[in-house]
Amino acid sequence: MNYTIAIYGAPCSSQAPDTAYNFVQALLARGHGVYRLFFYMDGVQNASTLATPPQDEVNIPQRWAELIREHQLDAVVCVAAALRRGLLDEGEASRHEKPASNVTEPFTISGLGQLVEAGIESDRLITFGP
Amino acid sequence: MSTPNKSFLLVSRSGPYGSAQAREALDIALAGAAFNQTIDILFMDDGVLQLLPDQDPTGINQKNLAKTLPMLKLYDVANIYAEQHSLAVRGLLGETLVLDCKVIDSGAAGRLIAAADMVLGG
Repeated sequence: MNYTIAIYGAPCSSQAPDTAYNFVQALLARGHGVYRLFFYMDGVQNASTLATPPQDEVNIPQRWAELIREHQLDAVVCVAAALRRGLLDEGEASRHEKPASNVTEPFTISGLGQLVEAGIESDRLITFGP
Repeated sequence: MSTPNKSFLLVSRSGPYGSAQAREALDIALAGAAFNQTIDILFMDDGVLQLLPDQDPTGINQKNLAKTLPMLKLYDVANIYAEQHSLAVRGLLGETLVLDCKVIDSGAAGRLIAAADMVLGG
């Protein structure tokens, strides 16, 4: 079956991203397809390259990036939610004249329409969080 | 662009202020309607507080969500539901709400969720 996973929780303050991560791993292990990971609301924080938790804690953004690369998943971050929270890729940082960016591949910044489109194309859409 | 039309149900469960959740959930509904999908909304739990008239959040520097909600009608959001028990325990049963909602009991809400092709959390 083809799944889309919507993640609404931030890694440092919500259990949702970790639960979503485990769920995605279980899906892949069982041979299901993942159509898209969509990061929305506080979930956009999962895409930050600058998250620096203490060494004895899990670095959830880094773990997402590894999983996404390994399985070549489509990982989309909602642009409106991301900009509000200071999550910008190079293009957005330059467009808004900001001094830094903190979103890079394997994450893509795009619109909320990508969540709806994924809902149309997937067999299942599961929301985690906040 | 994809053509299949699926029925979407957005379940909005957060109060209008205190977090961005209600506002960002509403954005999902507006995005869904822009894709020409059949999208219904169910307000339940604290989400029913979004429906209160006379909201004035200027004192907390927020936009008035009650002014955005009527846009759901412009965007052809198909059906708007409010869960009866959520209204009742908050003393809102029989109150005038900012949207013309169908008030349904929890059993009907469950059937609505079961019948939707896609359920979106909010």
